[in-house]
Amino acid sequence: MSLEIKELSFAYDKKLVLNNMSFTAYKGEVLSILGPNGVGKSTLFKCILGFLTEYTGKITINGLDASSLSVKELAKQIAYVPQRSEPVFNFSVRDIVLMGTTNDLKLFSSPGITEQAKVDKALEKLGILELSDRCFHHTSGGERQLVMIARALVQNAPVLLLDEPTANLDRGNQILVLKQIKALAKEGYTIIQTTHDPEHSYMFSDKILTMKNGTVLSCGTPSEILNKETMKSLYEVDMEVFSLFDDRARFCVPTSIISNEN
Amino acid sequence: MNKQNTKKIKTEQNSEISSNKQLSGPSAIIIFAILLIVLTLLSFTLGRYPVPLKELLAILGNKIFNLFNGSEKFWTDQMEAAVWNVRLPRVILSILVGACLSAAGASYQGVFQNPMASPDVLGASAGAGFGAALAIFLDLKHVNITLSAFVMSLITVVLVFRISNYVKGGKVLGLVLAGIIVSSLFNAGTSFIKLVADPTNKLPQITYWLMGSLAGAKWSEIKFVIFPMLAGIIPLILLRWRLNVVTMGDEEARSMGVDAEKIRIATIISATLVTASAVSVSGVIGWIGLVIPHMMRRIVGNNYQWLMPVSMLGGSIFLLLVDNISRNVTTSGIPIGILTAFVGAPFFIFLITRRGERY
Repeated sequence: MSLEIKELSFAYDKKLVLNNMSFTAYKGEVLSILGPNGVGKSTLFKCILGFLTEYTGKITINGLDASSLSVKELAKQIAYVPQRSEPVFNFSVRDIVLMGTTNDLKLFSSPGITEQAKVDKALEKLGILELSDRCFHHTSGGERQLVMIARALVQNAPVLLLDEPTANLDRGNQILVLKQIKALAKEGYTIIQTTHDPEHSYMFSDKILTMKNGTVLSCGTPSEILNKETMKSLYEVDMEVFSLFDDRARFCVPTSIISNEN
Repeated sequence: MNKQNTKKIKTEQNSEISSNKQLSGPSAIIIFAILLIVLTLLSFTLGRYPVPLKELLAILGNKIFNLFNGSEKFWTDQMEAAVWNVRLPRVILSILVGACLSAAGASYQGVFQNPMASPDVLGASAGAGFGAALAIFLDLKHVNITLSAFVMSLITVVLVFRISNYVKGGKVLGLVLAGIIVSSLFNAGTSFIKLVADPTNKLPQITYWLMGSLAGAKWSEIKFVIFPMLAGIIPLILLRWRLNVVTMGDEEARSMGVDAEKIRIATIISATLVTASAVSVSGVIGWIGLVIPHMMRRIVGNNYQWLMPVSMLGGSIFLLLVDNISRNVTTSGIPIGILTAFVGAPFFIFLITRRGERY
């Protein structure tokens, strides 16, 4: 089970945003995509999720050509956790998560006892069962992100796409969410996430892909990717990369700060 | 999995914000259904020819099931005529129109992801008003007025759809803008008809119709609108769960396996059909489509699985109540459109100014 992107290109009004991208994410691994703003990460996700269809190249999900899949079939393969979900109406947490079961329902059906049980299971797995009756608007940033992950889990798709899952979260909540993501990969989910945090992607990923100018700059294990040469070419900032705790963590610091340069 | 850690997540609120509903969906449906039945029975006992409950049940039983075989009648013919020919069509029409306008309002709010949306958004009311005014001006009678209102209402919505395709920007914004434009155009048309209409007989008739009323409710009108109403209401009920998903936005809905565009089109067509049907028999009755779904959101929450049926029941109860007030307060009967505005506007101000509340 995997997600394979082959020679993917996409242009908005003749402006090439994705340029011949190729990579593969395998079952049970967390693939983190690092790259500066505007590099095409969101466009890549939109192509994978079928929001944008006029791309060239091929997206294969678990052996199936994504372009030939219906909306329903695609949702069976991939679940999506948006960076920030702001429902207009103040649904309860349970209702939000229940929405993830829609793909299993017939067109005119509403969720029943089976779907409620799935929701309970997902909320319990993520440790947020006690939130189930709370209004979504009344949850904290970290809780919201876990609720959205719970919604993706009940969708029962083997591939999870997470768009900057730790953006806007404080440090504590970031770690909690990332631990859950890592644990889900261990259960067999294929996880692709975008992030702006090299240190987190080092600690919580199995593979890091760096993106620049709409194409793959490098792709490999965290220890192969997180070095000062890659950071320099990715962000165009000189950085020192420090290894900590027997290289279980790496820490990036801009050289200008260390040397007191402005 | 990481339960211990997850429990430490910082919460911004205290535990008092634990739920967004006061009543469970099934409980609300049962309570509102009982309220509607009680109010329906009460509606017969109020008015210029009050009919006691015993006689009322006997008349209805005899008419529907032929219980008394004509021999043991203990009610007057006048009572029977008042119940069967006057009050019952009016009560049924109140229930139908209230349910339709409220369901349409809740649906528009969902598909437009806008709590301010109402049946007026797509110009359905403005079109129906113009159609009725035109029919009255052309000296058409009864069902033809209804038919004209219905046809013009549908034409308005088709126009709104066509124009919205050419509006640059989002589709939802395009629909709302096109709705405003077309509504203004048809309202201007109605004003022009009022300007040139005979001020002694046609102008008052047009004005009265535009204010909304169920005073002239007849069985023929119910027969005329019942099928388009059902044709619209049934899809709205069946698609109500997917409407929840559509409110999350097109991309999120798609990622959950729901083609938001298809659900939106089906919902708008159905909601417009029920609005046009309702307005064509009752005249322009505002506020129900906006206020009732909001009230019901407070009672059962925002899940359309329960919000839709409860809004329909709430709309029926509200319009039946307002119609009873309209019938009983003055001998001539205050037009319902005026009463719903008197009740709806202050209530809506109360709703939107409550501190710390969100939809």
